[in-house]
Amino acid sequence: MANLTLVQAINLALIQEMEDDDRVIILGEDVGPNGGVFRVTEGLHQRFGSDRVVDTPLAESGIIGSAIGLAMAGLRPIPEIQFEGFLGPAFDQICTHAARMRTRTRGALTVPLTIRVPVGGGIHAPELHSDSPESFYAHQPGLKVVMPASPYDAKGLLISAIRDPDPVIYFEPKRIYRAFREEVPEDEYTIPIGKARVVSEGDDITIVSWGASVVQCMKAIEASDRSIELIDLRTIYPLDIETIEASVKKTGRVVVVHEAPLTAGFGAEIAARVMEHCFLYLEAPVQRVTGFDTIMPYYKLELEYLPEAERIATAIDHVAAY
Amino acid sequence: MPLKKAFTTTIDNVSILDEHGSFDAKLGAPGGKPIIPDDDLVKLYEHMCLCRKYDEVAFKLQRSGRMGTYPENRGQEATSLGAAYALNGDDWLVPCYRENAGLFWRGLPLEFVLLHWMGDERGNAIPEGMCITPLAIPIGTQMLHATGLAWASKYRNEKRLACTFFGDGATSEGDFHEAANFAANLDIPVIFFCQNNGWAISVPTKIQCSAPTIAQRGIAYGMDSIQCDGNDIFAVVYCMKEAAKRARENNRPTFIEAVTYRLGDHTTADDARRYRDAKEVEKWNNRDPMIRLRNYLVQRKLWDDAKQEAAVARAKEAVTAAVKRAEEIASPKTADIFNSMYAELPDDLVIQRETMMTHSLGQHPEELPPTSTQQRTHQQA
Repeated sequence: MANLTLVQAINLALIQEMEDDDRVIILGEDVGPNGGVFRVTEGLHQRFGSDRVVDTPLAESGIIGSAIGLAMAGLRPIPEIQFEGFLGPAFDQICTHAARMRTRTRGALTVPLTIRVPVGGGIHAPELHSDSPESFYAHQPGLKVVMPASPYDAKGLLISAIRDPDPVIYFEPKRIYRAFREEVPEDEYTIPIGKARVVSEGDDITIVSWGASVVQCMKAIEASDRSIELIDLRTIYPLDIETIEASVKKTGRVVVVHEAPLTAGFGAEIAARVMEHCFLYLEAPVQRVTGFDTIMPYYKLELEYLPEAERIATAIDHVAAY
Repeated sequence: MPLKKAFTTTIDNVSILDEHGSFDAKLGAPGGKPIIPDDDLVKLYEHMCLCRKYDEVAFKLQRSGRMGTYPENRGQEATSLGAAYALNGDDWLVPCYRENAGLFWRGLPLEFVLLHWMGDERGNAIPEGMCITPLAIPIGTQMLHATGLAWASKYRNEKRLACTFFGDGATSEGDFHEAANFAANLDIPVIFFCQNNGWAISVPTKIQCSAPTIAQRGIAYGMDSIQCDGNDIFAVVYCMKEAAKRARENNRPTFIEAVTYRLGDHTTADDARRYRDAKEVEKWNNRDPMIRLRNYLVQRKLWDDAKQEAAVARAKEAVTAAVKRAEEIASPKTADIFNSMYAELPDDLVIQRETMMTHSLGQHPEELPPTSTQQRTHQQA
């Protein structure tokens, strides 16, 4: 057991999976000797060599498209896209090929691929380094989309993603890369994809969130004297509606929190599912605390945009008072 | 002071058996040993007869409403066939959608391509070990998969390569650039095989590329590049053998521009008369890869009218049987929409498959209202 940051937990998972399975290779921009711009792949190039930790040309579609070929040939590639803002050029390869290959070949060819992508705002980064595009990919059938919010989950979810026989987008909330440490077992373990985590139990209100927002939710809950249940989704798709349903049937009041814009954000899906599953249990309309339907601002205003603890606290009061 | 030359290059053009029947023995039979032995040559020609018949029948199937949109391959048989012939059975073939001849030579069952165009995914369920990726509908994106497949072979030190096919228009796509750049810079054994057939639907090659050759695009990535007469199977095989050697020995990619012509429309949904000059088509009809090869075989006394008749009869029989297999395959099950989405189907999709409904009142089948007759008929075991 070691006290690790989220970055260190990911690094440890990568090392262990690469040691266990020589089909696992890493490719991307600056992932080699530099260890990635966030140092997630630090030490891996020295440890595993340039055949397994590959600095590629600077081209996101190329990284994902060639990783699809590597995966179809039976390897377990882990491409890194440096920031979520640069996932756009790879959107075509992800949605047009990775997501479809299994079904369009009726299982003859598959794409066991884990796409690692730092995501979200809050680190005073330049333009296009702070977005939250998870719902684009949750909307694409054939993919799995995960986003851990703690070092422990980061390791277990990444191991699950690498071992998963289908393409997984593994979003890494960069705001909490080093925000706190947590005990992370040395041994390998998995966190199942598609299972949410109840972070804290409560009876009055359910908050559903994921990624760095979970930490903001925890702050809001700490500051509140209400009994609040916090669910960290961990996996965006496939959605663990059962955990949400069980909680909402108990509390009757729901707040969904995410950094991505409001309209057609994944919170909309959760609100709809809550209505379908828990209609007669609801005491108040589902509240969403999200980014605005604007372009993510440059960093001087990013905390005004992000759903910080204060805004979450207001939503808690609103939903409680309804 | 004159400027120094930073770099100069030339692009070779390979032609061995030209449209007038002239055969370059130096390239085509170095040391008296033909690069395609006579027995193989006859088989390749017969295979072209099969593919030409296949095209004709597929076209009619579409016109008579028995199949959806279909892209004719007519006139381009020598390109993918020569490529597949020159490779090993475990080299990857990464096609776009006008490579029937090469895919069938490798062993893809004839009905697969029909099934694909009949709207049935089973046409993409490539038999294991055949080392073919399914037809790629988006333009140029499959080149990156070839780069990845070949990269995996290199990683495992298998000495296998990948050959990807695409048209002149696809070299305008960004993914061509990325695939070529990755392959060249990372030493990946890929063959980029461009079928320059003159047209991307209605847009002529000059709008895709204003340089004198498309082949020189490969030079820009630092890879060996060559142009050949794509209607000359000897020239195609010559270039492929060189490229395969380079890939296997040094993990180096090659760009091959095979100049050919799409004798038919882009697809059955297209009418090329709207944008092409009949004289141009006529000129290329005379350059048909099958005409020159047949003449050559006849001249070499390897072929005659009786053999032609027998080959056409065999082709007809094989294609008829393939059509029968494609048309008589059991209907897909509605559940098949879901069954191959993931290795393990998420709960949500299990419910959608079981109920064939996306609206829900709890999403639990046992809690749903009684289904209507129509919904019931859609349910699948």
